[in-house]
Amino acid sequence: MRNYYKYLLILPGVLFLTIFMLVPIGMTIISTFFPNEAAADTSNYASLFRDSYFLEILWTTLRVSIVTTIICMVIGFPTAYFIARMSAKMKAVLLILTIFPLLTSPVVRSFSWMVIIGRNGLVNEALMGIGIIQEPLEILYTPTAVIIGLVHLFLPLTIITLVGVMESIESDLLTAAASLGASRVGVFTKVVLPLCVPGLVIGGILVFVGSFTAYTTPALLGGQQRVLSTLLYQNANTLNDWHMASILAAIMIVVTFIVITCMNLLANKLNPRR
Amino acid sequence: MREKHIGLGIFTFLVFVFLLGPLVIISVTSFEQGTVLRFPPESFSLEWYKNIFEVSGFLETFKVSIYLSLAGNLLALLIGIPAAYALNRFDFKGKALLEGIFVSPIIIPGIVLGFTFLRFFITYYQLPIYAGLFIGHTVIMLPFIIRVVSSSLANFDFSIEEAAVSLGASRIGTFFKVVLPNIKSGIIAGVLIAFLESFNNVDISVFMTGPGVSTLPIEMLTYVQNYFDPTIAALSVVLMVITALFMFFVERLLGLSYFTKR
Repeated sequence: MRNYYKYLLILPGVLFLTIFMLVPIGMTIISTFFPNEAAADTSNYASLFRDSYFLEILWTTLRVSIVTTIICMVIGFPTAYFIARMSAKMKAVLLILTIFPLLTSPVVRSFSWMVIIGRNGLVNEALMGIGIIQEPLEILYTPTAVIIGLVHLFLPLTIITLVGVMESIESDLLTAAASLGASRVGVFTKVVLPLCVPGLVIGGILVFVGSFTAYTTPALLGGQQRVLSTLLYQNANTLNDWHMASILAAIMIVVTFIVITCMNLLANKLNPRR
Repeated sequence: MREKHIGLGIFTFLVFVFLLGPLVIISVTSFEQGTVLRFPPESFSLEWYKNIFEVSGFLETFKVSIYLSLAGNLLALLIGIPAAYALNRFDFKGKALLEGIFVSPIIIPGIVLGFTFLRFFITYYQLPIYAGLFIGHTVIMLPFIIRVVSSSLANFDFSIEEAAVSLGASRIGTFFKVVLPNIKSGIIAGVLIAFLESFNNVDISVFMTGPGVSTLPIEMLTYVQNYFDPTIAALSVVLMVITALFMFFVERLLGLSYFTKR
């Protein structure tokens, strides 16, 4: 009796996600291995990876995601370190200021950058006003604009993840290291940093996967510069090439799962507590 | 030792300028009177706030987004609370796999979910667009409900439940009278978080708009791609106020630790 009861509670959720998520996703991936009956289209994985237009977009997407991840880590780490060492009250204020943009609509956040780096935006107005440049800089609708937008999108996530990790480091550990003669720099590099490595790896996965698959930011700030997600959308909605869109979807899922699996293994391996 | 902190402090300050500056700038430009976004604004007016109501799509899709979030939340609660309860209360075979399935809507890229929903819900299952939007939004809300409710249940002492049952209360009665009141704040916080997740969603909704069917973020996205006036800035301010209120309540219910724990 008890056995049925517990499965009964979980059944609606499992059925719901199976019918409305697992089956659609599974069928979409399977369909990519069969040629499209709608004749005209002959795209498959082999031809796709020889197509220079696709390879260029794939490369741009990877480059943008990697650069975004690195910038988020480099900026986020010291910021999180500073926040984690603040008094409880100050820490709460800074965390609230970090979480607020995280919860704000991505459309709003991308739009704010259009106002700043647009052709007639603040940056250009200011630079031309002082006379540093004569012609407006073309920042909006370039990969650089997408990177700026993505860093703005994912930096809050990076910071709060790292603050969480740093808070879990017992202060006794730092006191012990210091009392045993470690310098301030020594405590940081020999104790704090190694303990943060798993957090950095996990934060890194979140930012990389998020940037690799983000749609709103490249759609608004990238202009004609496509990335995988905007290419998928274009194929699905504008070109009506669902076979191609399915292939792109499958590539995104596979990359996401490979990255997450590898990084999880790596995070476990690098964890000095093990 | 002190000086090092000052350097780091300045660095952190600049990071916050980067994070919040753009939001402050659009808030300020929303009060500009002219048709061009200017900073600092040269005049003050609430004209663009009025314009939010005059652009036909915004009010309409605002309602759609709210209904969608509420309806999706309701279904996600009905499915999610029993699942979260079972996952925390009992041990069974394949538990890790089930937990994996329940968080997978967060891991699978949103744009991929959106496309497969379009392909299957609308074309294959022949659902109307609104039904597709409703189910799609429920899928992405479910993990947030399950996560927040699970963390509330993790703090709940199930021996209280056993005591009620051994004193003769029915299992279902015990759930509603003993368990549910104890995880109430977790449920409310879960609803708020899931609401924002759905209300701000672009990746799924963008595939399921049709003639006369759209959500607020999609309407804004289309507007921004075609026009460039302070209406969107004004609307952004309205959304930021809503976000701030939601955040305030979540903080009250769960504390900031909800956000920092992974």
